[in-house]
Amino acid sequence: MLDINNLQASVEGKSILKGLDLHVKAGEVHAIMGPNGSGKSTLAQVLAGRDAFEVTGGSVTWDEHDLLAMPIEERARAGLFLAFQYPVEIPGVSNAYFLKAAVNAVRKHRGLPEFDAMDFLTRVKAEMKAVGMKEEFLYRAVNEGFSGGEKKRNEVLQMALLEPRLAILDETDSGLDIDALKVVADGVNRLRSPERALIVITHYQRLLDYIVPDQVHVLSHGRIVRSGGRELALELEEKGYGWIGDSGEVHSAPEPAGGAQ
Amino acid sequence: MSDVDTWLAHYHAHSAVLPGAELPWLADIRRQAIYRFADEGWPTRRHPRWNHTSLAFMDQQDFAPAGVAPDAAAALARLRGEDAGHWLVFVGGRFDAALSDIGPLPAGAQLSSLAEALATHPEAVEAAFGSHEDGDSPAALNAALASDGAWLRLARGVTLEAPVHLVFIAGADEASRHLRNLIVAEANSEATVVEHYLGSGEASTLTTAVTRLQVDADARLTHLKLQQEAEQTVHLARIDAVQGRGARFASHSLSFGARLARHDIGTRFDGEGCEALFNGLYHLDGRRHVDHHTRIDHAQPRGTSREFYRGLLDGLSRGVFTGRVIVAKDAQRSDAMQRCDNLLLSRQAEADARPELEIYADDVKCSHGATVGQIDEDSLFYLQTRGLDETHARRLLTYAFATEALDRIDLAPLRKQARAALMARLPGGELLEELL
Repeated sequence: MLDINNLQASVEGKSILKGLDLHVKAGEVHAIMGPNGSGKSTLAQVLAGRDAFEVTGGSVTWDEHDLLAMPIEERARAGLFLAFQYPVEIPGVSNAYFLKAAVNAVRKHRGLPEFDAMDFLTRVKAEMKAVGMKEEFLYRAVNEGFSGGEKKRNEVLQMALLEPRLAILDETDSGLDIDALKVVADGVNRLRSPERALIVITHYQRLLDYIVPDQVHVLSHGRIVRSGGRELALELEEKGYGWIGDSGEVHSAPEPAGGAQ
Repeated sequence: MSDVDTWLAHYHAHSAVLPGAELPWLADIRRQAIYRFADEGWPTRRHPRWNHTSLAFMDQQDFAPAGVAPDAAAALARLRGEDAGHWLVFVGGRFDAALSDIGPLPAGAQLSSLAEALATHPEAVEAAFGSHEDGDSPAALNAALASDGAWLRLARGVTLEAPVHLVFIAGADEASRHLRNLIVAEANSEATVVEHYLGSGEASTLTTAVTRLQVDADARLTHLKLQQEAEQTVHLARIDAVQGRGARFASHSLSFGARLARHDIGTRFDGEGCEALFNGLYHLDGRRHVDHHTRIDHAQPRGTSREFYRGLLDGLSRGVFTGRVIVAKDAQRSDAMQRCDNLLLSRQAEADARPELEIYADDVKCSHGATVGQIDEDSLFYLQTRGLDETHARRLLTYAFATEALDRIDLAPLRKQARAALMARLPGGELLEELL
């Protein structure tokens, strides 16, 4: 479904992704872990189309399309969803308007009839219940004054409403208490299906207690330095990221845990 | 032409037929006012209060009748919708009784055209009319030439539940109109007054408008002005309030039309514990220019003033804000805050914001802040990742920036009218209609 080959990207002349390879098949959940500054968020933003990052090499193919050539909104309409690490506050725009505009933009693209106000409300209220959001959040401005957990729930709500084919969660678990973490995990697990793929970017293995990944990758200095099964996440939890050297090479003897926190 | 001699001639041709021409005190004010205007001429950049908005061009400016006029009945119907309220309609600077619907008023409330008030209770009007010395020379021109306007007087303790709407529709036949509104809210009374200025056509026309408000002790007055003049109109306006002890006054100035609009908005706290809210929103494109020049005179202790002005500036337009705050020596525990935030929608647009604080007391809180920015890239990206195209996202964010100003309007029907007026100005408003 998604083939990333030798992806290189930089911001303001500084190279961040330095030849990244990743292959995700439909139905799979991949976890990407790595220390701060390893390029996790850059990868997510590049896939979503952020033009602050310059792609300097490599390719990304998504369902036989050149993903990098697609405008941001085309990617979204075709079913790519990015759950933001820091969801943006938009004062003056109600969450209800925002969610409906987003859902209808995607539905229109897929040849589905746009929701009218009543249908939309029925749908959104059901999904809000599932993520434990009160109805009042529909009538507040997008993310404005939301707590960290409320913002993340709002991201999961959007993901559920937009029914993406490829969802990327960028540290959606960071700063969450255990209840909110379960909401995020539950949102992801409900979305799992043979047609969909998910990439879960996380610093901690904690989330992976609830979302069981098919593959775990370790990102360091802009490259994937190790891939493995679920047990790799547990190993990282135990040893921390200290065993990854400054230039991304893997030391044979792990250093004590917690070195790169 | 619009030079001094032209206006002197205009005065001589019209003064005898202006309402109240037979009243000596009024004839005197008008005569002194036109001579003051003739002495001073139009303000230029050399004038300290006009150094961002010169009217020197007025000497060479030709004003001509618009030739066309908005369909007054249709415009009124659109504004009114289902809203109750007291509606006074003025076409081309004169009260139109047939289109107006003043409706039932509580005992102790007077609401009429200024011309009628001059005929029925001239003494009360005299006390509220102001003098030739008020304001700068455009205000003097207004004092000399004002042909009508509204008169509202609320006796002590009287509340007008529904808003008073003053609808000023530019006529087809006049090159200029001069309106003067007098509002007297006695102690503990309450009202909301909305002024709508509408025009159409391509001709250059001039509007001068002066609204004077007396807000006595503990009275509550909300004033909302919706300026939607024709594209080539020059709109020179002054809103001048005086507040008694504990009085609350709110001014909302929404300036969307006109080629050049100047709004002088001021209040003086004549008693302790007054509150003033000055809120403004302007949207400009092309080469248009708007200038809000505010003055809050904390003459007495424990007054609170809040100013919020927001601009959306496109094309080669220019938005100016000057916020003057004067805190008198004995006005301790005054609290004044002002903000001016501008969103630039083009590289050529220009915004100026300038606080002028004159503080003579020592126990005061005064703050000011100004920002000039562009559409936030993070917000734009966020919306696009949710499937909104860039144009839709930009329009949504532009609207969102403006709506913060509209949220300060308490009355929901007025907020809705203001939103509709904003939508009508913004490109792609139809995409956003569901926000109403």
